[in-house]
Amino acid sequence: MNDDQKANNHKGGTAVITTNEAALSVNQVSKYFIKKRKDPLKAVDNITFSIDLGETFGVLGPNGSGKSTLIRMISTLLIPDQGTIEVFGYNTEKESVKVRGLINRVSVEASFFKKLSAIENLLFTAGLYGIPKKQAKEKLNTIFEKIGLDKKRLGDPIEDFSRGMQQKVSIARAFLTAPKLLLLDEPTTGLDPRAKREVQALIFEVKEQYGTTILLTTHDMYEAQELCSRVSILHKGQIRKMGKINELIESVPKTGFKEATLEDVFLHYTGTTLNAEQEKAEEMREVS
Amino acid sequence: MQLVLRELRAAWAFVERNFNLTKRYWKWEVVFLAYTVANSVTMGFIGKGVESFSGAVVDVNYLILYMLIGSILWGYLSILFEIVAETVAWERWEETIEYTFMSPISRATHLLSVCWYSILYGLLRSVLILFFVSWFFKLNLSQANIAAAGGVLAVGSLSFIGLGMIAAILPLISPEKGVQVVHIFQALLLMFSGVYYEVEVLPMWMQKVAWISPATYALKGMREAILEGKAFTSLNNYTIPLLLMGIVMLPVGILTFKKMEEHAKKKGLLKRNG
Repeated sequence: MNDDQKANNHKGGTAVITTNEAALSVNQVSKYFIKKRKDPLKAVDNITFSIDLGETFGVLGPNGSGKSTLIRMISTLLIPDQGTIEVFGYNTEKESVKVRGLINRVSVEASFFKKLSAIENLLFTAGLYGIPKKQAKEKLNTIFEKIGLDKKRLGDPIEDFSRGMQQKVSIARAFLTAPKLLLLDEPTTGLDPRAKREVQALIFEVKEQYGTTILLTTHDMYEAQELCSRVSILHKGQIRKMGKINELIESVPKTGFKEATLEDVFLHYTGTTLNAEQEKAEEMREVS
Repeated sequence: MQLVLRELRAAWAFVERNFNLTKRYWKWEVVFLAYTVANSVTMGFIGKGVESFSGAVVDVNYLILYMLIGSILWGYLSILFEIVAETVAWERWEETIEYTFMSPISRATHLLSVCWYSILYGLLRSVLILFFVSWFFKLNLSQANIAAAGGVLAVGSLSFIGLGMIAAILPLISPEKGVQVVHIFQALLLMFSGVYYEVEVLPMWMQKVAWISPATYALKGMREAILEGKAFTSLNNYTIPLLLMGIVMLPVGILTFKKMEEHAKKKGLLKRNG
């Protein structure tokens, strides 16, 4: 977006997006954490990628690979040490309020005021995003029906909800603000298989119905395969491989007569194999 | 106009959320209220007991009121200070901090709306305590200039909010030690500001510190308004320093908070885990 376009867009006080921009552009971004008396930890190391408008892009990586740090930098909650991030052309560091108006996030933890009811939590979010109460209630009614939330329970404190239900309320919170870029940070981790499927179906529906651009981080290969058009494999803060799922599958050697799977791709590019993992686990058992 | 409306809606959302939380934690509210009432009544009895300790003839009503003003005003100011100073610590404890900091509102709106809630909540509690304690000791408030006292309270609130905002930085930059330091700071304010005594009884070096604390001026102004019935205009010695402190501390508080927020985002201090 050029300076004139930006100036025009800023006049209204809210961000305006143009279709010729990449939804998300991450350019040579690095983030280090320095702990006392320890070497700096490279959480994200020189990452570059972009996501097109309406695309669902997956970031796969083992625990501690830098997925959440990346999401936090895009969410304006962390400032990169090197490189720049742009959301629909807006810089996350310099134009953070504009960026925040265009994004929302669903993370592993539902993150609500546990003593407050679901509706109180959601109306609080509506207020923060400047949505009038009446409009928010109407919108929530539609969302609740779509995600199958029992309206009778909306007055109950969030702490009385199951993890799956809390995650559904978390998704309702994200939908309520109609984000142009939805950041899903392991949204199904820790859910039982049924709740997991329901949440995945919801994400799929949003993607199909609203054309929302989605960045999904996960270590669930099935989820990535079902939802994403492209994925990147993140390991030790670096992108090891990126592309369409079928391209990635073709890029790794077959295991025997079987076609490689996304799991094989993941193991191949994160520098470990299932056999090595099994051997390690057996060694550990022998030691203990 | 649209932007102003959006910020106003956000401000109201914070006030409403905090009152909803107060409602949900009502049992704790009863505990805190009972504790503060008992504490104020105890202070009143200390005032009453001075005559029997010293054997001297003192104006007991004056002394009770003197102690009570200290107790109630300190209760109010410390609520203001605590709510604002612990904004970050509280949200971190509830694990909502990232979502609040991710919303598209200005930090000034965020902080000022928390302050607005703290004033409303603090006033509500203080009125309840004053009502109960006045009834308990059958206090004679006919001499008191309540309007002038209210004016001092309003001006004093500004600087205490500013002080609270500066203190709120501590939990932001040090998740572990920040809240502890806030409590030490609060205790020192109590000691230096003459809540239950005149600052003139303090050693000289402590008196010097007392004169840079807004609580000292607020307490002196309130006492003169209530105990001596002085008009608001004759309390300039206290209200002008309070106003100046407020004018300086409020924007300094907001700007320093924003600066430290940037630091926290660079160092990854907003959320400790993950």
